[in-house]
Amino acid sequence: MAAIFSKRNVVIGLIVLAALFPYVARNDYYLHVLTLAFIWMIAVYGLNLLAGFTGYLSLAHAGFFAIGAYALGLLTVKAEMGFWPAFLLAPVITTGIGFLVGIIALRTKEHFFAIYTLCVGYIIYLVIDKWEGLTGGVRGLIGIPAPADIGPISLSTPIAQYYFVLTILLLVILVIYRIIHSLTGKTFIAIRNSEDLALSLGISTIKNKLLSFVLSTFFAGVAGALYASFIRFIGPDIGNLNITFDLLVYMIVGGIGTLSGPIVGTLLIVWLSQNLQFLQDYRMLIFGPLLTLIVIFSPRGIVGFIAGWFTNWKLRRKVNINQAQEQAEEV
Amino acid sequence: MDVLFQQLFNGLTVGSVYSLVALGLTLVYGILHIPNFAHGALYMVGAYITYTMMTSLGLHYVFAIVVSIISVGLISVLMERIVFHPLRDSTPIQHKVAAIGVLLFLEALAHYIWGADYQQMVTPYGQVIEVFGLTLTMQRILIVVTAIVAMILLYLFLKKTYTGASIIAMAQNREGAHLMGINTNKVAMLTFFIAGVLAALGASLTSPINLVFPSMGHLVILKAFVIIIIGGMGSIPGAILGGYILGFSESIGATYISSDYSDIIAFVLLIIILTIKPQGIFAKGEA
Repeated sequence: MAAIFSKRNVVIGLIVLAALFPYVARNDYYLHVLTLAFIWMIAVYGLNLLAGFTGYLSLAHAGFFAIGAYALGLLTVKAEMGFWPAFLLAPVITTGIGFLVGIIALRTKEHFFAIYTLCVGYIIYLVIDKWEGLTGGVRGLIGIPAPADIGPISLSTPIAQYYFVLTILLLVILVIYRIIHSLTGKTFIAIRNSEDLALSLGISTIKNKLLSFVLSTFFAGVAGALYASFIRFIGPDIGNLNITFDLLVYMIVGGIGTLSGPIVGTLLIVWLSQNLQFLQDYRMLIFGPLLTLIVIFSPRGIVGFIAGWFTNWKLRRKVNINQAQEQAEEV
Repeated sequence: MDVLFQQLFNGLTVGSVYSLVALGLTLVYGILHIPNFAHGALYMVGAYITYTMMTSLGLHYVFAIVVSIISVGLISVLMERIVFHPLRDSTPIQHKVAAIGVLLFLEALAHYIWGADYQQMVTPYGQVIEVFGLTLTMQRILIVVTAIVAMILLYLFLKKTYTGASIIAMAQNREGAHLMGINTNKVAMLTFFIAGVLAALGASLTSPINLVFPSMGHLVILKAFVIIIIGGMGSIPGAILGGYILGFSESIGATYISSDYSDIIAFVLLIIILTIKPQGIFAKGEA
């Protein structure tokens, strides 16, 4: 039994499931919803890297998401650049701005960092909203091109876009996995657990925190660029605080500081939102308390809860086997 | 010159409200070291309760405010009991997320009960009077006077009564206060009650000038955070001073720079301050 449910098989199974989904569902609406959920996941992975693994809760994440989206939008629509150069440049621009913000923001800690980034996020939103000459203000940007064809492969159909986003999501997860299991990832976790201790071990906390922050803005930028090319219309609302809170809900419900948390949380909440359509604007009546309850009763979210339960179960089984052996020996 | 004085008076009114909101935030931070993101939602609920009391029950403005501040105070205590008390030993990130959860809930609730429309609150103190060539409305005078009275009362309560002193004691040293026989649970609840009262008072006073809507707390809470960082997290005089500093700089900035960007002044101020002094101007106030 255990061999079938090994980590590797589960991962392969999930990828196959995701790859087969368009042929099973045969429904453009579900495809649209799931593609969008994948885009959110990429952004949540960025947030999780910083908040979950490094311990710095950034509330400017939607701001960087919006910068990525607007970078792609402005480069393609206003600068009339080709899609692919713009798509590569958008995350770079986001990361550049993230670097500048990070240098200053990371001088602060804990609450100050959260409040500081909250204000940075709000400023990004205000700038997008008020700078009509550049961003089009509240009217937003329209006519953003869909991903251009790669040679013979066309990316204009919903199914092709689904696979395109899925591929990028898998790449992002792979990169995050490699980061978490590298020395850099361990360093991030050391900083999360105790910054003073990390410092005393000779870790350059400033350098590593900045790296984590910049990486998190990079993923936000990638997600933003994908969003812009997928929805093809963007308004200042995507930089709003509400989006940051949505991403936060996805991350916390799934499991902060876990590798699979962003997938679980995003899928669950997006699925719930689809089933609770009648709630629409009032969905936070449920998700708000859910957020608070999870933080109180299962701080590592659903994934953390299941993982804890599984470990307990394994331990108990081991104990039972040992006891059984002892009894057998006694007999 | 008249314009300047008129703007200074406006700054005084705006600053009074900011100070009231920031005071509650700084008190809670001083006691529990929680940046209460839900404080802005309490502010918003306070305005709505006053509004509802006036429109559906026909209460007089003043009585409506009394009902509102008591109810919001109780909601605030309830929040401490249900959310922050169970989290008292957990990591800072959890406090923040829990507070955001409450914020999202209260906003959605207001949206659900009262709708997304902007509501206008009518005040019985709309008269315009002329003082030394300045045109003032009674409502604005009421705001300034009430806010100052509330601050003086709070000061007397904290300095002259045993209960008030226990709040300050707990802000200074939680374990120490506990050892001296202070019931820290009661003090935490009391602090949340006062914070709720101040938020509801500020909201109810300013609503006739502004409007009432579900996200009205967003900007105010952000600014209140800026204020308590300017004044030192947990510092009471700092919150009052910071509130007025921000009120004056905004109203003067709106006149002489641009009214479009007056909201941004607070954040630019914050970014400059935290860039120079990452721990805030006064690291951990003495309360």
